[in-house]
Amino acid sequence: MSAASIGTSPNRVGGIGRVTGLTEYVADIRLPDVLEARLVTLECARARIISIDASEALKLPGVRLAMTAADLPEPMPRFGPQFADRPVIAVGETRYHGEPVAIVAAETKDAAEEAARLVHVEYEELPAIFTLAAALDPASPLVQDPALRPNDRLASTNVLREHLVGWGDVAAATADVVVENTYTFPMVTQFAIEPHAFMAAPDGDGIAVWSTIQHPYWLQKVISKVLGLPLSKVRIFAPDPGGGFGGKQHAKLEPLVAFAALRAGRPVRLILSLEQTFQAVRRASCEVRVRTGIERDGALVFEDIEADYLIGAYADIADRVVGKGSYLAAGPYNVPAVRIVARSVLSHTVPSTAFRGFGNPQVNWAVESNLDEAARAIGMDRLAIRLRNLAKRGDAFVPFDTPADGDWEQTVNRAAELIGWGSPLPPGHGRGIALGIKSGPTTGLSYSTVRLLADGSVIVYAGTSDMGQGARTVFAQIAGQELGVPLEWVTVVMGDTAIVPYDQQTSASRSTVLMGNSVLQACRSIQAQLAAMAARLNGLDEASVVVDRGVVHLPDRQLAVVDVLEAGLGPLGGELTGNGETRKDAEPDHPLGGSAAFFEFNCTAVEARVDEETGDVVPVRHVTVSDVGKALNPLQVAMQDDGAAIMGLGHTLMEHYIFDESGRIRNLGAIDYRIPTSMDLPLELRSEVVENEDGPGPYGSKGMSEGALLCVAAAVGAAVQDATGVAIRDLPLTPERVWRALQERPVR
Amino acid sequence: MNAMVRTIPIELTVNGRRRALEVAAHHTLLEVLRDDLELTGTKECCLVGECGACTVSLDGRIVDSCLVLAVEADGAAVLTVEGLAGGGRLTPLQQAFLDKGAAQCGFCIPGQLMSALALLQATPAPTREAVEEAIAGNLCRCGGYEQIIDAILAAAEADER
Repeated sequence: MSAASIGTSPNRVGGIGRVTGLTEYVADIRLPDVLEARLVTLECARARIISIDASEALKLPGVRLAMTAADLPEPMPRFGPQFADRPVIAVGETRYHGEPVAIVAAETKDAAEEAARLVHVEYEELPAIFTLAAALDPASPLVQDPALRPNDRLASTNVLREHLVGWGDVAAATADVVVENTYTFPMVTQFAIEPHAFMAAPDGDGIAVWSTIQHPYWLQKVISKVLGLPLSKVRIFAPDPGGGFGGKQHAKLEPLVAFAALRAGRPVRLILSLEQTFQAVRRASCEVRVRTGIERDGALVFEDIEADYLIGAYADIADRVVGKGSYLAAGPYNVPAVRIVARSVLSHTVPSTAFRGFGNPQVNWAVESNLDEAARAIGMDRLAIRLRNLAKRGDAFVPFDTPADGDWEQTVNRAAELIGWGSPLPPGHGRGIALGIKSGPTTGLSYSTVRLLADGSVIVYAGTSDMGQGARTVFAQIAGQELGVPLEWVTVVMGDTAIVPYDQQTSASRSTVLMGNSVLQACRSIQAQLAAMAARLNGLDEASVVVDRGVVHLPDRQLAVVDVLEAGLGPLGGELTGNGETRKDAEPDHPLGGSAAFFEFNCTAVEARVDEETGDVVPVRHVTVSDVGKALNPLQVAMQDDGAAIMGLGHTLMEHYIFDESGRIRNLGAIDYRIPTSMDLPLELRSEVVENEDGPGPYGSKGMSEGALLCVAAAVGAAVQDATGVAIRDLPLTPERVWRALQERPVR
Repeated sequence: MNAMVRTIPIELTVNGRRRALEVAAHHTLLEVLRDDLELTGTKECCLVGECGACTVSLDGRIVDSCLVLAVEADGAAVLTVEGLAGGGRLTPLQQAFLDKGAAQCGFCIPGQLMSALALLQATPAPTREAVEEAIAGNLCRCGGYEQIIDAILAAAEADER
């Protein structure tokens, strides 16, 4: 039996299914009588749909359904977490390469595939925009119909929203040195190894929907709205996703599959290919202009930052990504004057959405890199300039937000120590160090239920999605710790909105803090009931009984929880139930709608070797240190940091979408879009944590999972510059790009 | 089965069990495993032999089952992740994956296990570099490579003892 105690790393709850192949992901679930669906898409980004003829497809044996916009309600139902702008299926016009214009469903995959090929679409390709420059050109077409955003001054432009945040007076500020540069960050994709998959089935007078979704309760609201059903008639099954990384947060094709299932009167499933998944989710590319003002002594005077994020054809959660991602662009520093202008710019590309780091990595790359340039300009050490300006615990480094909630210099100093900052380097090697910060959740609502069964075993109901981060294990550890039960006696139920109470979402590294506190509260409610039980059984005052870690302490002796429970429940048995609720309400006057529940703070330091002949960049050592408050499960924490670091190396060194002139992604799929393999790892990867038990979560924990990705690009870019003397301001740092930059290097 | 699809009889030994099947000529081993035999432990991702999620052992050789036609596997012995554990007991390799925390989201793990098994059968005491190379064709987006490598090395060491 594994000890359930906090701060240890028991084997993952759900791990056995993962090593035996028995864990069921959405695509592994086969309902009897299920129809296989396929999408019909066009070979360009933007087209006017002239006609769609499915008659040949419907003649094929086994084909049961072909559905287009004409078969859906009018006006077309639209949905989206911020703006209800995404149609269930393209109506009149497509707006990105891969947007479906029809869906077919058949008894077999073969028949469905053939049917999709036989749907004849007459269309006219229209001029489209795929770059920031084109989108911002007043002569360019509008991506969205202005009627979608009435009373919006920007509705007749391709700028969806403009976010302005700041303090102090940047315009009036004067500094000894001003350093100004422009940086770009590429379009990259989440590339969860599990492609997105959806299934829907009529369920009595309602509907059941299976999805690889991270936010089942958001999806429930979307399905309820588009189908006009009460929430109670929409049941979402959300099996553990095979990786999410933000890409599975919000509804995509579930409404379409739901309509298809209702129309067919049978279960319908749509399993996307990896290529289609590339056409469903991505991170926003970004261009950032930074002006950094600094005094000769290294004091930051101002940061003036303009960031244009190229989002897709529909908003999804992308504008929130822009607003929240740019909000901390000035970093974890005390900067007297800050001006940040961030725009979400629509284009005829795949709708960008949440992706680990949520808009922060783009601006971090720019602002941290520019800080290196500022240090060089005044002849100051790059570590020293960071420590000189770093916010101390309690500093209101963002005047209207949560003060600095950690002793962050510990994190920075530890990373510097681990990388050997300042020690001599071999030729061709360079070092970089960068800091990353991200605002945790700004609002939240997490309910949970815990049942202590008659034999002392426990069931936890928590609506978090366990997509690999290990939430299931952490909740079991909390319940085990509080109720004195070994981990093997705890079951954690997730992923079914008909059974598990409401949880707002699994995002922003929130679950350990928000749901963790909720589970803790539910356990404490059970402890109070146990105390009352023990008091009643022993004729004591309730206040004299204390329940702690599975032991009931009476004034004169101690009892095991299970003994009190059995005696207290009596011959009929039964159980004790506790409920938890963690709520973080919105703050309407706050620029983000709420202050940070905590900050994710990370320092990444890299030693890289650059091959001047080939432009190849090899991370020799990669050190990542995160302030996590308390690592409830140290192994899972290390794995999140390792994984974030490696994912960060992906967008830093190799990943990017390439478009052709029709807006088609030329490198769709695993052959031409490379993500890090076991051969791309840093030669040495070291993940460490700082634990001061100063977080708002259970036992002083803070959220973590994204921190170690935030500043990878800036740290690696700095190491490359340190090694070669060349600043490259565009990602990814592919061998070709590095080699070209080296060829253009002025002779030193 | 669609009336228009031509089927061919084949025989496979899957995880030790002989199976006689009628398969479509164009169906891959992956499709037959997942759809016909309902052995869904083998995963589907890229379908072009790049991600390794569908890795199985075919007559002792590691293959991407998305690149092998089922008819090509006629007469072969196939081992999938479901065939590793016997009688409710994990193999030392599976146990090492569990103990080292190698499985995160878990989607790539069946393929990682099959690649690891092939490595350890050919090279019982591999170097770390050999392990990195052996799983180079198995993508893990959780970035759990360090733990996967540790698990494979631990399993090799346990086997030595």
